[in-house]
Amino acid sequence: MEKVFSEAKKAFMTGNETAAWAALAAGAEVMFGYPITPQNEIMHYWTRMAPKYDRGFLQTEDEISAGFTVCGSVQSGKKAFTATAGPGNVLMQEPFGMAEGMRLPLLAIIQQRGGPSSGTVVYSQQEVTLTTFGGNGEGHRIVYSTATHQEIYDYIIKGFNTAWTYRFPTFILGDGYQAKMREPLELYSPEDKGIKMVEPYPLIGLPGHIGEDREPKHLCNIYSLEEELYEVVMKISAEYEAISPELTEYQERECDDAEIIIVSHGVVSRAADDAVTALRAQGLKVGCFRPITLRPFPAQELKNCIQKSGAKKLLIAESAYGQLFRLVRQEIYGETVPMETLFMPGVGIIDYDIMSKIKSML
Amino acid sequence: MAMLEPVHPLTPKSWYLPSKPHKFCPGCGHGIVLKALGENIDELGIQDKTIFGCDIGCSLLAWNFFACDSTQTHHGRTTPVMVGIKRSRPELITVGYMGDGGGYSIGSQHLLNAAVRNEKVTLILVNNTNYGMTGGQMAPTTLPGQKTETSPYGRDPEQTGYPTKGPEFIAQLTPDSAYVARATVSKYNQLKRFIRNALRNQIEGNGFSFVEVLSTCPTNWRTNAQQTWRFLEDEMEPYFPVGELKSPFGKGDK
Ligand SMILES: Cc1ncc(C[n+]2csc(CCOP(=O)(O)OP(=O)(O)O)c2C)c(N)n1
Ligand code: SF4
Ligand SMILES: [Mg+2]
Repeated sequence: MEKVFSEAKKAFMTGNETAAWAALAAGAEVMFGYPITPQNEIMHYWTRMAPKYDRGFLQTEDEISAGFTVCGSVQSGKKAFTATAGPGNVLMQEPFGMAEGMRLPLLAIIQQRGGPSSGTVVYSQQEVTLTTFGGNGEGHRIVYSTATHQEIYDYIIKGFNTAWTYRFPTFILGDGYQAKMREPLELYSPEDKGIKMVEPYPLIGLPGHIGEDREPKHLCNIYSLEEELYEVVMKISAEYEAISPELTEYQERECDDAEIIIVSHGVVSRAADDAVTALRAQGLKVGCFRPITLRPFPAQELKNCIQKSGAKKLLIAESAYGQLFRLVRQEIYGETVPMETLFMPGVGIIDYDIMSKIKSML
Repeated sequence: MAMLEPVHPLTPKSWYLPSKPHKFCPGCGHGIVLKALGENIDELGIQDKTIFGCDIGCSLLAWNFFACDSTQTHHGRTTPVMVGIKRSRPELITVGYMGDGGGYSIGSQHLLNAAVRNEKVTLILVNNTNYGMTGGQMAPTTLPGQKTETSPYGRDPEQTGYPTKGPEFIAQLTPDSAYVARATVSKYNQLKRFIRNALRNQIEGNGFSFVEVLSTCPTNWRTNAQQTWRFLEDEMEPYFPVGELKSPFGKGDK
């Protein structure tokens, strides 16, 4: 496949444009999608670039179809992806479930918008529960929550490799702000950074004569017996747990002696970071912790932070009414540190919001 | 005494023998449709490049029916999965296999839009006038007056409309390069010919190919052999005319 960037170059662009370039640079071969704000421009940029780089696109009849066409495409061995938001993310839970059950290397970019229902087309962090644990399964998914355009670029490239290495559906969880803001970043071809892209391979439509060179491949999705399904789910669970330590990613700052640790993810973690700088300048012992992977969650790392700092309190800050909070609580079960919350569902959070909250906690 | 050699029934080469005998009920029409499909796969020499995709419904029982690479999807979602495969690997021959509930009800938006886009896939839809797998509920194709578990007093078109005539609406939606037909398991040679045309149309890269097959479900119809055949020939076939509605291969067989 043709190299998209002959050398790394600086750019100033929106997150959606960034996402389209990242998919292109990662060697994605086809996108299936359905219009929804704030994700649309990923399709707009992709459809402009795709023919020039011999990549495919189909605007499907709905998100259910977009998700299932991706399932079919990856089964046939193509690096396929989709992007959606809000009610579209709801409709895609059905194909995402198929990808979980059949271990399909599907990649989806989610640009969160306000909910419930049609909500707003603007921004939120309200698709955390849906993206991490949606569907009638066990949340066997890998979810990267990005905070900057550089991360959108980096994690889409990484996400394709994660999907095709481990064959769990993989999500890049952004939001309306990240989608629509412009930011500087560096665009590059993965190989120039020493990143080797994992080659896709077919699960069906295999080479060779059936009965002579090979057996037919039958992919199963529904089981007759409880015990059969049990075996399958236990195997998937064991594999997911085994790879979790190598997948979890997080960032922490100033936690060694922190009396209060701010826990946030995605774009809100930037506000937390600014708040820590400002509060430290005022002599307050505040640190911050940010899970980059929401699934699998860096639980041990957060526990370590709490334990080494002896923090007196956690502050969970999110643009949702407790979706990150529930995740944190279940993941660090057993820790007794008191938690306070800053819930601003569907609304942006800036450093000032966090600083005021911290001051009220002292 | 000399041992008698067991006599094996003739089976298509593309059938996967370890999964036989198949799992459909006695008297079910699915097996006849899949025999016609299997013989065509053999005769067209496409076994190695056929992808068979089955819906959820009694069609799911066919997930390992063929010695062809196969995938199983969700109820109603076989069409988009086949579209995803075909668009990614146009050299493969994709055959989606579904029930009337899967195709005309829950998956109707996919069927309709795949037809409009003239997707180069072959879809075979088994019309047994009910939801077989879930225990005999009303389907879009249930005949007026027909009793099912969810129309226990008979389907009332005032309340629930008239049966969906799939090939008729798909013929309206598709360009001339599409193939659209309705067959019945009571006319095997015709059924086989229609499925062959539907495969050929994809092989030649013409366009969307769709065959509805009128089929039997004695288990949920609660019919004996004679009543089963009578319902198929005397009730279903008059309501759902059999024939080719659109064919790039000449005038069409009414
Ligand atoms: C989303 C969803 N809804 C409902 C079901 C339950 N379900 C399984 S098979 C089926 C009906 C099958 O009827 P049809 O498509 O006509 O196939 P048949 O069994 O008659 O061959 C239903 C409703 C399901 N599997 N998934
Ligand atoms: S329930 Fe009906 S359609 Fe299903 S296998 Fe039995 S006879 Fe066939
Ligand atoms: Mg049916």
